[in-house]
Amino acid sequence: MAYGPGAGVLALRDVDLDVAPGTAVGLVGESGSGKSTLALAALRFLPGDGRVVRGRVELGGVALDGLSSAALRDLWRRRVRLVPQDPLASLNPSLTVGRQVAEGLAGDPAGRDGEGTAGASPRGDRARDAVRALLASVGLADAARVAASYPHQLSGGMQQRVAIAMALGGAPELLVMDEPTTNLDVTTEATVLDLVRDLRERHGTAVLYVSHSLAVVARTCDRVAVLYAGELVEDAPVAELYRRPLHPYTRGLLDSLPRVGQDRRAEPLRPIEGRIPEAHARPPGCVFADRCPVAIERCHAERPALDDAAPGRRVRCHRWPEIAAGTLDPRRPAEPPARAHDALAPDGDAPALSVRSLSKRYPLARGAWAALRRRPARAVRALEDASLEVWRGRTLGLVGESGSGKSTLARCVVGLTVPTAGEVALAGARLAPRLEHRYRARLGELQMVFQNSGEALNPYLTVGESLARPLRRLAGARSGGEIEARVRSLLEAVHLPAAFAARVPGELSGGEQQRVAIARALATEPCVLVFDESVSGLDVSVQAGILDLLTRLQDERHGAYAFISHDLAVVAYLADDIAVMHLGRVVESGPASAVLRPPYHPYTEALLSAVPTLDPDGQAERVRLTGDAPSPVDLPPGCPFHTRCPRSLGELCEREAPPWRRDASGKTVACHIPLEELVTAQVPLFADAGDAGAGPAAEGAAP
Amino acid sequence: MTRFLARRLGYLLVTLLVTSLLIFLITQLLPGDVARVILGREASEPALQALRERLGLTRPAPVQYLTWLVAFLRGDWGTSFATEQAIRPLVLERLGNSLMLAGLTLAIAVPLAIALGVAAALRAGRWPDAVISVASLAVVGLPEFVTGLVLIEVFAFRLRWLPANASIAPEAGFLEALPMLILPALTATLVLLAYIARLTRASVLEELGRAYVRTAVLKGLPPRVVLVRHVLRNALLPTVTVVAISVGWLISGLIVVENVFNYPGLGRLLTFAIDRRDVPLLQAISLVAVLAFALANLVADVLYAVLNPRIRLG
Ligand code: SF4
Ligand code: SF4
Repeated sequence: MAYGPGAGVLALRDVDLDVAPGTAVGLVGESGSGKSTLALAALRFLPGDGRVVRGRVELGGVALDGLSSAALRDLWRRRVRLVPQDPLASLNPSLTVGRQVAEGLAGDPAGRDGEGTAGASPRGDRARDAVRALLASVGLADAARVAASYPHQLSGGMQQRVAIAMALGGAPELLVMDEPTTNLDVTTEATVLDLVRDLRERHGTAVLYVSHSLAVVARTCDRVAVLYAGELVEDAPVAELYRRPLHPYTRGLLDSLPRVGQDRRAEPLRPIEGRIPEAHARPPGCVFADRCPVAIERCHAERPALDDAAPGRRVRCHRWPEIAAGTLDPRRPAEPPARAHDALAPDGDAPALSVRSLSKRYPLARGAWAALRRRPARAVRALEDASLEVWRGRTLGLVGESGSGKSTLARCVVGLTVPTAGEVALAGARLAPRLEHRYRARLGELQMVFQNSGEALNPYLTVGESLARPLRRLAGARSGGEIEARVRSLLEAVHLPAAFAARVPGELSGGEQQRVAIARALATEPCVLVFDESVSGLDVSVQAGILDLLTRLQDERHGAYAFISHDLAVVAYLADDIAVMHLGRVVESGPASAVLRPPYHPYTEALLSAVPTLDPDGQAERVRLTGDAPSPVDLPPGCPFHTRCPRSLGELCEREAPPWRRDASGKTVACHIPLEELVTAQVPLFADAGDAGAGPAAEGAAP
Repeated sequence: MTRFLARRLGYLLVTLLVTSLLIFLITQLLPGDVARVILGREASEPALQALRERLGLTRPAPVQYLTWLVAFLRGDWGTSFATEQAIRPLVLERLGNSLMLAGLTLAIAVPLAIALGVAAALRAGRWPDAVISVASLAVVGLPEFVTGLVLIEVFAFRLRWLPANASIAPEAGFLEALPMLILPALTATLVLLAYIARLTRASVLEELGRAYVRTAVLKGLPPRVVLVRHVLRNALLPTVTVVAISVGWLISGLIVVENVFNYPGLGRLLTFAIDRRDVPLLQAISLVAVLAFALANLVADVLYAVLNPRIRLG
């Protein structure tokens, strides 16, 4: 199939792909690969200015081209369905969930049913029962209540289940899922992925699963198709693709993904250099030639064909026979390890950053009536008594679901949010809670990089000017020559060419912008750097480059890093120490190698179980959390995790706050269950965790 | 919801209080000597003094304001200087006439504007959109007295379908009055049409681009259902607010329209009061107009909240 808007730019070129009934095919690619276009094209849903230039879509052997609009509607109603990426935006905000699911039922003549009043429940007992059955089948326990709710009243995970139920209402032969878990917490993502697997087995639906994440696809799919710049470059059964990728791009993607337990110094990630060509500027030869480490002359001149490498395996590369035979290594040569030794031992006698008993409450507005009757004021407890330390030359990873308070903590540290109680100290000296009260000289010592820092660069300033400002204001650089020299060395530090100083942000890619943001944070030579989701939202190949960059910068400059991410694999890769947060509290902390193996805090166990890993088989027995986290307003007494804890001891956990327990590895866990019992009850979730990275706690995590 | 209502009512009261103060200040204190304004430049000093006493102008301003407000609230709106009649029945009768005209205008303008806006949005960028946009902009650029006179020329003088004069008798019922009402209502409609239509067009276009519309289409729903059940339900929410705001425009538009057609409404009474420097009448009319506008806004707010589950259910 070739597909492109009328203007003549081809979004997809010669892609052909089969999905057999009852199987799931993963469609993986980075941004700009055309994967979402392909997904919609498979549904015969074309954006206004797009058209299929060549090729066709067949369903059950019958071509779907040239359908009348009525036939197309029938196709959408009963045979192919989409599960969209953003469930909240994809549900109508002013209709009840039940009504929306009902009108998606294949047999229901929703089209002819007249207009009811706003929010009326689906008409007819049959429809109502069918809706409830559907909602129950996607694991929504209280189906009647969910059906009567509006989308905004449900949590993200429930919204996505509703969207899936809605799609299943058509009993479709093909289900196209477009990044259905991208905005969900790992714990929720894991349950949704389990659900997809289960549905496929039960209903025999064919699934086309679009994702940017190889790990997520490994967990749900039988086959994976890798898309690059609008072309299919490799297509293989999951296990084979991960074990023996044949295309250099697939290899590059896999090498860009951090694995839990990988030592970032001994075995750094290998990012893919360069960037994906724009649709109108694709090279005449192999689309990947510019970035391929093993490109030869032929690659630039001649477009490779999609060869059948083995039964069920296809690859588009001139050199696959050599790669398959093992005579050619398609990897980029890794940079020599930055340093021979492992993570730095704590440096100096005071932590570079320490956070002591930090709490943040947002009082809820109290109605006049409640105030009159002297009801106690309620508050959202964003942060409760959290304490942490970050040492020079080490990285502290902060993990937890959304709402766990990790971003609030970061904002309190840099002074953007004023904590209700507790204090923040830099190298032993207490910092004023408010940013504007902090000494200017000290501002430069503590810097923060946000998720969108790169996008937030002033679009009218050149990169050089953006970097010069903190140098002038906070680092005391005066003469033009000095500033110029320092801008150059900053760009060099983040692996950008010096010529970038003259460019404006609009001319840079997302990854390059984020590098500039990091360079700007480095300008004042801070001793503490806080990264809040700084690599989230970047493509894996770009993310890998930045993770390597951070490792190298830290080894050179001995900074103390606090790294917040929802991506546990990234945190596990980068962090020397890990703190796990749940509902505003730290529930477990310690050296990374110790946190990543038993005994785990039951919440950590659930969180780590949810991490999708590349290993498609041999997933250890998984712990799944059911239900949503309690609201941070009405926290249950006792252990805040007891409502969801699979290991809860019952009454004790419901009544009393858990004690802190510490083991020989130096990690602390807040739980009623003694660590000795936890370690015997739990299985290690990552085979190689802790073996490679010999931190200070290398010997004996077990008590 | 109850708390929301209570808060909105509170706002309404505060608004009215503040505007009553403003009205009082502007009409009574700012022009200097009200007695002289009323009696004219040649009036003798004793006559002026007598009038001041009668109007209570010799007392301190806060006392004057409070007396006026309390009397107003108790239903004693005073007597008109110009006609020596009690103000309340006069204003209420004219208000009824104006509401009749306004109601008819809204009944024509709102559905028509929404239909035009939706039609333009569905054909955005193509010729029907361009025609609707240009035409509505052209009409909104013309003042009411021009459009009014053109309509009179065409429908009353050339075609002789409708009367040019709308001076309805006080005892006339709605049906008798209707033929006279049509031309003024059409003129006022033209004032509102472009505004509501353009905002409807914008909000329909915005909703059409949302992901839930794609979801609805991909469920295989017919286009009409997608439009009515999904798009319009959300797109018309802002229109509710727009209509309320346009009531403000309508009030000021009616002043001109009523004068053009010689229609016995509040607007013409207002011009009369200004002409005759009838201060108490002016105050009563202003306050009633503000109340009408504030109520329209309140109704719109409540309606918006009731129709929008994200507000209704928090
Ligand atoms: S065809 Fe050449 S450039 Fe393309 S992936 Fe294969 S080796 Fe690399
Ligand atoms: S204290 Fe109890 S509820 Fe909390 S994590 Fe431990 S076992 Fe679970």
